[in-house]
Amino acid sequence: MKHLLSTGSLSHKQAVRILDTAGQMAATQAREIKKLPTLRGRTVVNLFFEDSTRTRISFETAAKRLSADVINFSAKGSSVSKGESLKDTALTLQAMGADAVVIRHHASGAPHTLAHSGWTNGAVINAGDGTHQHPTQALLDAYTLRRHLTGGGDPSGRDLAGLRVAIVGDVLHSRVARSNVQLLHTLGADVTLVAPPTLLPVGVEAWPAEVSYHLDEVIDTKPDAIMMLRVQRERMSSSGGGFFPSPLEYTRGYGLDARRLAAMPDHAIVLHPGPMNRGLEISADAADSPRAVIVEQVANGVAVRMAVLYLLLAGNETTNETKVDA
Amino acid sequence: MSSALPTPEHPEQPADATVVLGGPEIARALTRIAHEILERNKGGADVVLLGIPTRGLPLARRLAARLVEVEPTLDAASLVGSIDVTMYRDDLAQHPTRTIGSTDLPGAGIDGRVVVLVDDVLFSGRTIRAALDAISDLGRPRAVQLAALVDRGHRELPIRADFVGKNLPTSTTERVRVLLDETDGRDAVLIEGTR
Repeated sequence: MKHLLSTGSLSHKQAVRILDTAGQMAATQAREIKKLPTLRGRTVVNLFFEDSTRTRISFETAAKRLSADVINFSAKGSSVSKGESLKDTALTLQAMGADAVVIRHHASGAPHTLAHSGWTNGAVINAGDGTHQHPTQALLDAYTLRRHLTGGGDPSGRDLAGLRVAIVGDVLHSRVARSNVQLLHTLGADVTLVAPPTLLPVGVEAWPAEVSYHLDEVIDTKPDAIMMLRVQRERMSSSGGGFFPSPLEYTRGYGLDARRLAAMPDHAIVLHPGPMNRGLEISADAADSPRAVIVEQVANGVAVRMAVLYLLLAGNETTNETKVDA
Repeated sequence: MSSALPTPEHPEQPADATVVLGGPEIARALTRIAHEILERNKGGADVVLLGIPTRGLPLARRLAARLVEVEPTLDAASLVGSIDVTMYRDDLAQHPTRTIGSTDLPGAGIDGRVVVLVDDVLFSGRTIRAALDAISDLGRPRAVQLAALVDRGHRELPIRADFVGKNLPTSTTERVRVLLDETDGRDAVLIEGTR
């Protein structure tokens, strides 16, 4: 594994390995001294062409906890606003000796271009590209699901076989949904997508997931977890963008409120990739309930990103075998 | 692992392997080390045995069981922990990515106690250097001591063991492999590559 561009390219074994490594990383984050010397002298560039708070901070924290040097680059206030191309930006970073480039871009496929163009020798980690993929978010969701729903004790080595997860909301614009459908399927979970027909992409029937238009019917099937997606109003032209008649109607049909939460099984958990539109796709009751693991998802994000940085940067992958002993 | 060479998951004994220690010898060496630990530290009250995964951990557990046999007031479970040194190694970039093991300290922690690091083979000393760094991030023990089942020489750092099961003069081309019942199904120390 040289880059992390998409969850679709992860094998079952690789995915479980990332989750197991994240578990060990999380254990180190409970200590008084959280910093590890593992990536000392390596440089990680956060290349963000799109606004982000938690993903950028999460990657920055992860890299710093592993002692890597972090350079933050955001398109605002940089030469990009003067018209510099992705290629020239990448060549500049290469000249500065970046070992890994964490890229978020508004264009789907930008990380793939960066990884395969020869503009940079570093590992490329996709931190969200357009409406395509956001693999570390899916990995942290899978990590959170595994911690809560696969029985007690140390979850190392387990996958998500047999878990039933509903992903609800704006699937059309959601890279989180795409990444999650592929990863959760790889790990053996059954995924149901719930959205109004206007917010489902063309070709969704080919995805390895069930599709439903009715949230209440899906909740009646007692899913183990429900993942609420943010309604991405910035990607829609006007208030509802023609995708739904009004915010109130969307909330009635697809919002998670106290009533729907109460209809879920007792063990079921609520996830949301953030940032939340409280009152639109999730009510304050549901967002603040003890079954919502939304804040924990953020903490797990650091551990998962530490694991990804470790697995991509620490070893020498010119030999493909993996050393098993410590 | 101090042998610095990859170990297959299911080791079978190659034709050129020589058994240098068998089960009874390993048991005797561990019993002696257990007594030496108690003698040196005037009892086991402050001792914490930290095994370095993979094979240091079962060795630490066996040593703890022997300490409890001698001093029944000790509690075996609170004597033993594991310390993973992977993220502190200086040779990460020279090898394929290593799987990270788990670090579990006994409930009382290591502050002010005597930590005895336990590993199977002492070779270059680099694993132990990494372990010392890991320990300093976990707390401040009163003293750190080192127990190794086999010391095969060829140190690259100023590190020595306090308790040694067997000194084994080797050449650098040979491989020393420790097999333990818990991880490999039987107890033995092998030297491979002798011709």
